[in-house]
Amino acid sequence: MLITQLKSKDTILSLTDGKKVFIINCFGCREVYFPLEEAAELQSEMNESGMVTGILTTDYICNPENLELQLERRQSEIDAADVVLVFSCGVGVQTVAARLEEKTVCACCDTCRLPGFQGVTPLEYDCGQCGECYLNLTGGICPITACSKSLVNGQCGGAKNGKCEVDPNMECGWERIYRRLEKIGRLDAMKCPVQIRNFATDKEV
Amino acid sequence: MKITEKFEQGEFVVTAEVGPPKGCHIENLLEEAKTYLSDITAVNVTDNQSSVMRLGSLATCKALKDEGLTPIYQITCRDRNRIALQSDLLSAAMFGIENLLLLTGDHTKLGDHPQAKPVFDLDSVSLIHTVKQLEAGVDLGGNALVGEPPKFAKGAVVSPCSDSVDAQLAKMERKVRAGADYFQTQAVYEPEKFIRFMEKASQFGKPVQLGIVIPKSAGMAKYMNDNVAGIHVPQEMLDELRADKEKTKAGITGVEIAARIIKECKPYCQGVHIMALGWESKIPALLQQAGLR
Repeated sequence: MLITQLKSKDTILSLTDGKKVFIINCFGCREVYFPLEEAAELQSEMNESGMVTGILTTDYICNPENLELQLERRQSEIDAADVVLVFSCGVGVQTVAARLEEKTVCACCDTCRLPGFQGVTPLEYDCGQCGECYLNLTGGICPITACSKSLVNGQCGGAKNGKCEVDPNMECGWERIYRRLEKIGRLDAMKCPVQIRNFATDKEV
Repeated sequence: MKITEKFEQGEFVVTAEVGPPKGCHIENLLEEAKTYLSDITAVNVTDNQSSVMRLGSLATCKALKDEGLTPIYQITCRDRNRIALQSDLLSAAMFGIENLLLLTGDHTKLGDHPQAKPVFDLDSVSLIHTVKQLEAGVDLGGNALVGEPPKFAKGAVVSPCSDSVDAQLAKMERKVRAGADYFQTQAVYEPEKFIRFMEKASQFGKPVQLGIVIPKSAGMAKYMNDNVAGIHVPQEMLDELRADKEKTKAGITGVEIAARIIKECKPYCQGVHIMALGWESKIPALLQQAGLR
C-alpha cells in the first residue's frame, strides 16, 4: 500500500454495474496513506444494497503467499461474486488479478507518486504510481510498467513472437493484457475511448 | 493533394518510401525521387526510422513538395511530447503538406542513440485523435486555433502477418475510431495471411495499402525473420532467393517475388506501399511486372 486516493464514486459504481462484488481492502503500509473513511463509507453503502458477497480486510496483499492463504478461506464468497473490487495500490490489484485469473478484478484507488518508497513491491507487479490507475481497462495488468513504452491505447507493432522489441526476455505487456481481457470476457475494454495520460497528477510528497 | 481523394476515386494507390540521409545534403534523395517516384501517388518520408538520427521528415517533405512530388509526412511519438507534435503538425499544414502517417515509433534503445529519453507522451492512437482535434480547430489542451484549421489525410499502420493478429485488429479498430482515414501495412510475404486479415479488416471500411519490401537477398530475408516484428518470409522464398545468387543480386528475383505478392493481394486491398530501402531504382520495373503500369 502506497499513497492512494479513492477513484470517484461514479467510476467505482460503473465498474460494478449492479453486479455482485467481493471487496478486498489492503491495510499494509497504512501508515503511508489510505483513504480509510471514504472507503468504509462507500463499502457500507454497497453492502446495504445487498450487492456485496464478502469483504476481506487484510494487509500486504502484494505478498502472493499471504494473499493465497487469505483468498482460500473466502473462496465461496469470491465464487459468488461477478467482480472483485480492490482497495489498494496498483501492486495489490495486480497481485489479486494474477491470482484470480478468471475474474474481473477492478482497482478502486489511484496510486500517487511517492519517491523513494516501493513497499514490498514484487517486480512482476510493479506499480508506476502514475496517479490515474489504468488497471480497470487492462485486465489488472499495468500498461505503464508492463510495456516498455508505457502505452495506454494498445500494443505497438514491435513485438516479435510475443516478446518486446526492447528486451527479448520480456513478454509484450499488451499481448498479456489482450489475452487476459479475452480470458475474462472483457475484450470490450479495448474499445474504450482514446486514453491520454495526465502527467499533472503527480503529487510529490 | 490528399491521398484519400485517390482512394475515393477508386484508384489503386501506389506509394513508396524514402529515408532522409544522416546529414544535411538532400540532392541525391531528390534526384532519385524525381527519377523513380515521380509517377506514383505519394512518397512517404520516414521520421528517424529505427530510432536512427537523421535529417528531419518535415524538412524533407517540404523539399519533395517543392520538386512537385506529393509527400506523406511520417510522424512518430518517440522524440516529441504533445506540444512539439502539435506544433510540427501546424508547421506541416503551413507548408501545404496534407498527408500524414501517424506512428508510435520504435523504442530509442533500438537505434544509434540508445541513451536518449524515449518520450511516448502520446501514441499512435492518441496522435490520430490529436490531429482530429486540430482539424476541429482545438488543440489537445482545449484551446482554440486561430484561423482556418488544418485538414489532413490521416494514415496509420497495421501488421497483418503479426503472430497476434487479433490484437492487431483490435488496435486497428482503435485507430479507426480515433479518426484514421487509411492504412499502410507492414511488409507482407504471405499473401494467404494478408487475405485472411483483409477479410476481417474490411469491416472497418478504410482503404488498406499492402506493404511491400523488395527482398534483396536470402540473408536479408532471414534477418527480417529473426528480428523484424510482423514479418515472416516463407522457406520457398528463401530458397528462391538462394537459387541464383547473381539474379538475386541484380534485384531480378526480389522484384519477381514482390510483383507476385502484389498481383495475388491486389483484389483484396486498395493500394500498395513500397518500402524499397535503397532500391528505389527497382520500383518502376516492379510496378510494370505487377501490372500496375
